[in-house]
Amino acid sequence: MSYIDIVPIGEVEETVLSFLKQSIFQTFKIQTRIRNRPFDLSLAYDPVRDQYNSSGLLLELINEPPPETLKILGVTELDLFIPIFTFLFGEAQLNGIGALVSAHRLHNQFYGISGNRELLESRLLKEGIHELGHTFGLIHCFTLKCVMKSSTYVEEIDQKSIQFCKSCEQEVLHWRNGRSISLK
Amino acid sequence: MNNQGVGILVVDDEFSVRDSLCNWFRNEGYRTETAESGSEALRKLQDSLWDIVLLDIKMPGMDGMELQKHIKKIDNTIIVIIITAYATVDTAVDAMKEGAFDYLSKPIDPDKLSILIRNAVNQRRLIAENIQLRQKVEELTLQDEIVGESPQIKKILEMIDTVAKTDATVLIRGESGTGKELVAQAIHGKSNRRYFPIISINCGAFPEGLLESELFGHEKGAFTGAQYKRKGKLEMANGGTIFFDEIGNIAAKMQMDLLRVIETKQFTPLGSNKVVNVDFRIIAATNSDLEKKVAEKDFREDLYYRLNVFSIQIPPLRERTMDIPPIAHYFLDKYARSMNKDVTDISPEAMRILTQYNWPGNIRELRNTIERALVVVGKKNRIEVEDLNLLFLPKANPPGDSLEEIEKAHVKRILEQSDWNISRSAETLKIDRVTLYNKIKKYGLQR
Ligand SMILES: [Zn+2]
Ligand SMILES: [Zn+2]
Repeated sequence: MSYIDIVPIGEVEETVLSFLKQSIFQTFKIQTRIRNRPFDLSLAYDPVRDQYNSSGLLLELINEPPPETLKILGVTELDLFIPIFTFLFGEAQLNGIGALVSAHRLHNQFYGISGNRELLESRLLKEGIHELGHTFGLIHCFTLKCVMKSSTYVEEIDQKSIQFCKSCEQEVLHWRNGRSISLK
Repeated sequence: MNNQGVGILVVDDEFSVRDSLCNWFRNEGYRTETAESGSEALRKLQDSLWDIVLLDIKMPGMDGMELQKHIKKIDNTIIVIIITAYATVDTAVDAMKEGAFDYLSKPIDPDKLSILIRNAVNQRRLIAENIQLRQKVEELTLQDEIVGESPQIKKILEMIDTVAKTDATVLIRGESGTGKELVAQAIHGKSNRRYFPIISINCGAFPEGLLESELFGHEKGAFTGAQYKRKGKLEMANGGTIFFDEIGNIAAKMQMDLLRVIETKQFTPLGSNKVVNVDFRIIAATNSDLEKKVAEKDFREDLYYRLNVFSIQIPPLRERTMDIPPIAHYFLDKYARSMNKDVTDISPEAMRILTQYNWPGNIRELRNTIERALVVVGKKNRIEVEDLNLLFLPKANPPGDSLEEIEKAHVKRILEQSDWNISRSAETLKIDRVTLYNKIKKYGLQR
C-alpha cells in the first residue's frame, strides 16, 4: 500500500487536516494518512523577514520518508518565502516526492476581511492538490478552471476549481499507471 | 495559448536565485536555462534562441548593463528584464533607458513577476507577428515596383506619399494596363493600415449576383449552391484596404449597396440577420469615363462623389516615353532572373522601337512584350528587334543613327499615327504644313 502523507508543520487544526486527508484521497484515488513528526522550525526561520524559508522546510519534510510513502504534502500556518520571492503559497518538487502548502495568506483575515472557514479550506485544498500535482510532473495549465492553473492572488485561487482538467487528469493517471500503484 | 516555445534565460551569479527562478518558470511551462555570468549568458544566447532574458544588474565580471548592450546587439527584439537589489534601483532605471523592458527588485513579488512575464510574452508575440507581417508587406511591394523617372511618375509618387498618410478614399484613373493596382498597393503599403490586408476585387469580373456574395459573404444555404458559410471580401479587408478595380462596371443595385457600406461601414452578409461592422480604406480604380456615365445616369452621382475624394490620374505609357527604357530593363531583369536566362541588355535598335511604339496596352503590354522576347531570344544575351513581336509595329527598317534618318522615321510615324492628316501631323511636329510637305518630298515618304 502506498500513501500520500499529510504532514503538519507547526500548529495545524485537526479538522483542517482530516478535511484535506479525505478530499485529497477523492482527487488522487490514492490512500492518504496524517503523519505527525517533529520539526526544528528555528532552522528555517528568518528573523529579518519574519518568515520561514520554504525550501528549507521542504528539505526537512522529505528527509528519510517511510518506505510506503508515495508523496508528502506538508501543511503549515507559517508564512513562507524563498530568498528571491517575497512570499509563496506553496512549493513542490516537480516530479519529486514532496510538496508544501501554507494557509498563512489564504485566510481572509490576512487581507483584513472577516474569516470564512469554508473558503479557507477550499483554498488550502486547491493549493494542496496543485502542489501535489507538480510532484506528479504536472506544470501549470491554462485551462480556466483547472486546479493546475497558477495563481499568485487568493482571488485567482477562488476562480479555479478543485479539479484537474481532462488533460491534466490524464497525466496523473498516466503517472500512476506507469508505477502500477494499487487503487485500493 | 501556452508557454511552450517561449525561452527564458536567467542570468544571476547567485545560485539560489537562478535555481528558484528556473523552477518557477519551468512550472509555468517555459523553456528555461540559467547562466551564472555575462560570458556564459552570451554563449547561451549564441547557441539558441531566447525570447526573454532576466538578468541581475550586479554581477562580478561583465555586469548587467554591459551584458544588456551585447544582447541588444545580438538581437534587439529580445526582451530584457533587470533584477536588482533595492540599493541599485537607479541603475535599473538607467538600464530601462537603454531598452530594458522592466525591472524587478529583490525579493521579487511573485504576483508582479507573473504579470510582468505575461506582458513580456505578449509583447514578444506582437514583435514577432509584426516582423512576419512586415516581411509579407515587403514581399508584396517587391512583386512589382513603380518604375520611372518622368516628371509625371514623380508627381504620382508624391501623390501616393501624400494620400497614404490620410485615410481618404482614392480614385485611381488610367487606361488599362497603366498599373492602377500597383498604385493602390503602394498607397496601402505606405499607410498605417499596412499591417492589415489589402483585398482586391475586380468588379468587372463577376456577374451581378456573384459579386454581391463575393463582397458581402453569405451564410450556409443563403442561395442555391451556397453549401458553406463564406466570409466576404469586405470582412476580410477589415482594418486594411479594399481595392475595387473597374468600379465603373458595377450594376445599379450594387452601386446602391456599396454606397450604403461606404456611408455606414456596416453590411449584412447574404442570408444572415447579423450586421457586420467594418473599418477599411477604400481605393477604387477605373478606366472608364465616370463623368460621362454619371451624365448618362449609368453611374450614381452620390457614389461618384464618395469615391472621387482624392484622384490620381496615371498617364498612358506613350505620354511618358522616357520611362520606357527603365521599365523595359526592370522587366528584363525580373524575367531573365525567373527564367534563369543570361540576357542583360536590349539592343539600341530594339529599344528605339520600344520607345516609339504607342503601347495601347500600356505597361502590361510592355511587360508581356519583354517576357515574350525572353522566350524567343534563344542563346543571345540581348534582346534584338527580331525578338519583339508588336502588334502595330511599323515593318520598315529601323532608322540609323544620323539626325536625318531619325527625322525621317519620326515624321513617317507621326503621319501614320494621324492617318496622313497633314494639318494634324504638322501641329504635332510643331512645323507648318509647307515644311511638312517639303520633308515628305525630301524623304520620299508615301502612304
Ligand atoms: Zn504551481
Ligand atoms: Zn489542466
